[in-house]
Amino acid sequence: MHKTRVVLLGPQRLNRTLKAAVEELCPSGTVAAVTAGWEEREGEDQDLREHLGGRTVNLRIWGRAEDVMERDKELSLALRQRHDRLREQHELYRLRLAHAMAAAHELLRREPTPGREEMLEAEREGAIEALRDLDEFHLRRVSLIHREFEEEWKPTERDSVVRHRRELAQIVESCDCVCVTGGHVVVLLHRLRLFDAMSIFGGHPIVAWSAGAMALGERVVLFHDSPPQGQGSAEMYEEGLGAYAGVLPFPHARKRLLLHDRRRIALLARRFAPDLCVAFDPKTRMDWDGAHWTGQPGTLALRPEGVLMQAGRS
Amino acid sequence: MNATLVQDIERHARLGPWALENWLAGQQFPVVEGRTVTFVFRGNVDEVKLRHWIHGLATALPFHNVPATDLWFLAIDVPEGSRLEYKLEIVARGEHRLIQDPLNPNLASDPYGVNSVVYGAGYQVPEWSMPDPEARPGEIVEHEIVSHALGTKKVQVYLPARFRRSRRYPLLVVHDGVDYVRYAALKTSLDNLIHRLEIPSMVVALIQSQDRLREYADDPRHADYLAQDLVPQLESAFPLVGKPSARTLAGASFGAVASLAAAWRYQGFFDRLMLQSGSFAFTDIGPHDRGPVFDPVVRFVNGFRRNPGHPAAHMYLSCGVYESLIYYNRSMVPLLERAGLDVKYSEAHDGHNWENWRDRLREGLSWLHPGPLWMVYE
Repeated sequence: MHKTRVVLLGPQRLNRTLKAAVEELCPSGTVAAVTAGWEEREGEDQDLREHLGGRTVNLRIWGRAEDVMERDKELSLALRQRHDRLREQHELYRLRLAHAMAAAHELLRREPTPGREEMLEAEREGAIEALRDLDEFHLRRVSLIHREFEEEWKPTERDSVVRHRRELAQIVESCDCVCVTGGHVVVLLHRLRLFDAMSIFGGHPIVAWSAGAMALGERVVLFHDSPPQGQGSAEMYEEGLGAYAGVLPFPHARKRLLLHDRRRIALLARRFAPDLCVAFDPKTRMDWDGAHWTGQPGTLALRPEGVLMQAGRS
Repeated sequence: MNATLVQDIERHARLGPWALENWLAGQQFPVVEGRTVTFVFRGNVDEVKLRHWIHGLATALPFHNVPATDLWFLAIDVPEGSRLEYKLEIVARGEHRLIQDPLNPNLASDPYGVNSVVYGAGYQVPEWSMPDPEARPGEIVEHEIVSHALGTKKVQVYLPARFRRSRRYPLLVVHDGVDYVRYAALKTSLDNLIHRLEIPSMVVALIQSQDRLREYADDPRHADYLAQDLVPQLESAFPLVGKPSARTLAGASFGAVASLAAAWRYQGFFDRLMLQSGSFAFTDIGPHDRGPVFDPVVRFVNGFRRNPGHPAAHMYLSCGVYESLIYYNRSMVPLLERAGLDVKYSEAHDGHNWENWRDRLREGLSWLHPGPLWMVYE
């Protein structure tokens, strides 16, 4: 795993850097586009096609999954049941997370007693460790749900899926790289997983941004520091597709994170360590060569000290 | 009273007209310092009064004249985060005039005119209510509803950006919706909140009545219009979810009464209500003192309080603490909770006005209709 060359970009809507990245990875040939995160708008990829000079072929992952669910009612029902289990699992996780986050925030806010700084720091580390344990526990529980589903239903062996996988393999075979757009991260992740897309992508280089970047990592973390409702605590969602390791992308960080709040930044960086939390804003970029990361100047990582620093080589 | 500022005014006045002019030129009025707001007026008049709509305070607060000058001032206590709309009442040669504060550039509009507005310490106009060039704009189209109850009516319908017939949208019906767009930045707020994924893309019917004090006051024809004509015809014409959980009624003042009354008459049809500064006047004993236009409202609210039933599953209520309606709105909360409704109640240091209702749009809409903020990363 992780041998694929991956480029993660900042959001593309207003500052497009995709073309340059694609031309670097594959100067010619066809680009397989995954726009499943756009859901029913999956096919509205004219801007993307034009930006890449008409070199794209849309894999229509969202539409293919719709087709599977239409044709294969048994599998469709099983997917819905899995969805319900995942939702309940997540609700249970959130209950525990709220209390664990409150404790961590309280300890990070607290001023140490002079001369006894070590006492408070030990408690802070313990609170963050408890968060890590909770996140890990949740990942295991969610993975179990996915594993049980895979074992019982073996989706990639079902006729409804096999036919699409065969077509996808043929299309990707004729392409030189893959690009994965943003959108609904869970829809994107689950539909890519339904077709076991990573095995189809093989060693093709991948360019991804926003939800695409999140889904391709090892862990998917949902986040927003100032939502209109609730506390805005980042949530571990589930394992990603594992195309790369060591980086946790935070797209639209300037809009979604309170980057001036050192306590929150420190908590994110420490909670998700050893992964490097990287702020993906427009014009940022991180390159994964299968073993190491290189950050484009201006691409910032969240540091345990609560500040942002150039994300470089790891 | 802010002694320092008042002393400054008086000290510069004693130094003579030039000193006073120079000092005033460097000031912005009203002056907000912590909880103290000092209003200033210049003019050769006999009296100046602050006319406001804060329930509990005398409606006209007199300014003080600095002797031997044309300068008048008034310092009042205004809690942090407040928004205060007001006019100045000027008395000169026996004539009374209501004017906007000439020294204050901040104005707020409503269907009756324009008021001056002062922002207490810490208050900020919400940035999500202001145009955002990154937000894709929705559009407003005209639609005709043929109503058995109220005749043919034109309705404006907000369609969100990237509206698609292949999708299904929730429906929000807003009483006085055109006024909400004009005075409470509803369209800009919808565009921004949808763009920011804080609410889902939704279709919004902006209804307006020529006879709102009658139709909105628990008039059964209005409830019939909503449930039998407007919603079914919109659900035929637009790709709407068409289930109670995706039907919301909203309104302010009498519009809130109309929303609650319709949901009460058609229980199970509307699942969500957003009621702002509802005119929920009731009596525990004896007659009310709000005039005959409130007769049907009081009858309805008294009946509702006796038997609330289950008009909706989720209800967002808000009211300004400077409104005379605050008591009625606060009284609704325990009643609704006892009736098993999921209620979110919010108060603001504001009055019965459109910008108060604007400022609560984000909280109310995102609570009733949480958007895909946590799931979508474009």
